[in-house]
Amino acid sequence: MKTDSPFLELEDGAPRVRVWFDGQPLDLPAGANLAAALLTAGVQVFRHTPVSGAPRAPFCMMGACFECLVETGGRVQQACMLEVEDGMRIDRPHETEAGNATV
Amino acid sequence: MEADYAVIGGGVVGLSVAWGLLRRGKRVTVLDGDDGSFRASRGNFGLVWVQSKGMKQPRYASWSQQSAAAWAGFAAELEDGTGRSVGLQQNGGYDLHFSEETLYATVAQYDALKDKLGGNYPYEVLGRNALSREEPHIGPKVTGAILHHQDGHANPLRLLVSLAEDVRRLGGKVLNGKTVTAVAKPDAFTVHCSDGTVVTADRVVLSAGLGAMELGPKLGFKAPVRPQRGQVLITEKLPKLINRPSLIARQVDEGGIQIGATNEEVGLDDGVTQPGLSGLAAEAIAAYPALAKAQLVRSWGALRILSPDGLPIYQESPEMPGAYLVTCHSGITLAAAHALFLPDWLEGTAAAPDLEVFSEDRFPVS
Repeated sequence: MKTDSPFLELEDGAPRVRVWFDGQPLDLPAGANLAAALLTAGVQVFRHTPVSGAPRAPFCMMGACFECLVETGGRVQQACMLEVEDGMRIDRPHETEAGNATV
Repeated sequence: MEADYAVIGGGVVGLSVAWGLLRRGKRVTVLDGDDGSFRASRGNFGLVWVQSKGMKQPRYASWSQQSAAAWAGFAAELEDGTGRSVGLQQNGGYDLHFSEETLYATVAQYDALKDKLGGNYPYEVLGRNALSREEPHIGPKVTGAILHHQDGHANPLRLLVSLAEDVRRLGGKVLNGKTVTAVAKPDAFTVHCSDGTVVTADRVVLSAGLGAMELGPKLGFKAPVRPQRGQVLITEKLPKLINRPSLIARQVDEGGIQIGATNEEVGLDDGVTQPGLSGLAAEAIAAYPALAKAQLVRSWGALRILSPDGLPIYQESPEMPGAYLVTCHSGITLAAAHALFLPDWLEGTAAAPDLEVFSEDRFPVS
């Protein structure tokens, strides 16, 4: 995944762990906020809405807006409410069901 | 005189009546409460529903049917006025059953009602296989359903917004943040608010939901309404999972699934409880197992406005002629009737609907 994120990482001392987002390997700071870490790593589209297929990314970063939903461990959860853990496999939720999601 | 009608209550019921009066050329001022008011219009389930209503009073069933039949035209007119859809879908709705006994007991009641309605009660019983074809995500615990073709649903928040906007577009005044404290009738009506606002009008419609508990008797009504709490849940927006609505769950036009609703006699408490929400979630998962993996994004409680027999009340005040009580617990279903037919009753025209069974005469003198 190309790292052209507009976000700056303030602390870069944390040890990195390997996770997979949409099948792509990423090395993210262990224990970091998952939504923030994915944004910093250059992930811009977290999911597509199941209604229109429009792309979505974090908006509120505080657990209220549910825009940053990802699927991990078999559950759809807000990325901004999760911490980066070694070996995490993160997918875009409902992607296989949303036939019109193309972005 | 600044208005022909002062409408006390700016929820879906009051705004529907106001909208109907305005499109007949009446001058209308709506007095809406504030965010501390119990606002059923902001917390309801959004069904446009016919089945199960009026089991003991066929006129309530037929009044609901008249409204449901007029809803499409009502929604189209609102959409023309505001440029926004209210998300109406009237492709039928289900009463889901988890046992054959309850299913056939309900069918027997519907059969009896159908006779009283001259056969106009289009429903069919779907067994498991037929239901699975209509609703591929239905769970194995559901034994069958009654599909009623006059049922449907809408987006109740969009309806509220559209009504408020269209009432203003039609020249109505909507005053927000008002608490009506007194209504006097020295000559015409004067409606007094806690902030000093006074509105004068030839006639008054009291459509203040639970506000009628206090205001009703001041205007000469019995107004025997009480709160009944309904807790509801809403999920993240999901791919199409549910085709037709039921009392258990419906998928709204925006993709979220609304799960409802408790029926609790807890007074003026519109909070949520863990047992209440857990029970709703368990029932919804029994009906649609895929919901077990859905994220819930919000839950809330809202208070229904119930009369002793559950029917609406339409009553002119015997003490203050020209004041009318309009209250019901199905403000969404009846919105079209309130907008299109109730103005004839208020104006006493030849086209006035027969609402005699909904008068306060049915309640004992307290």
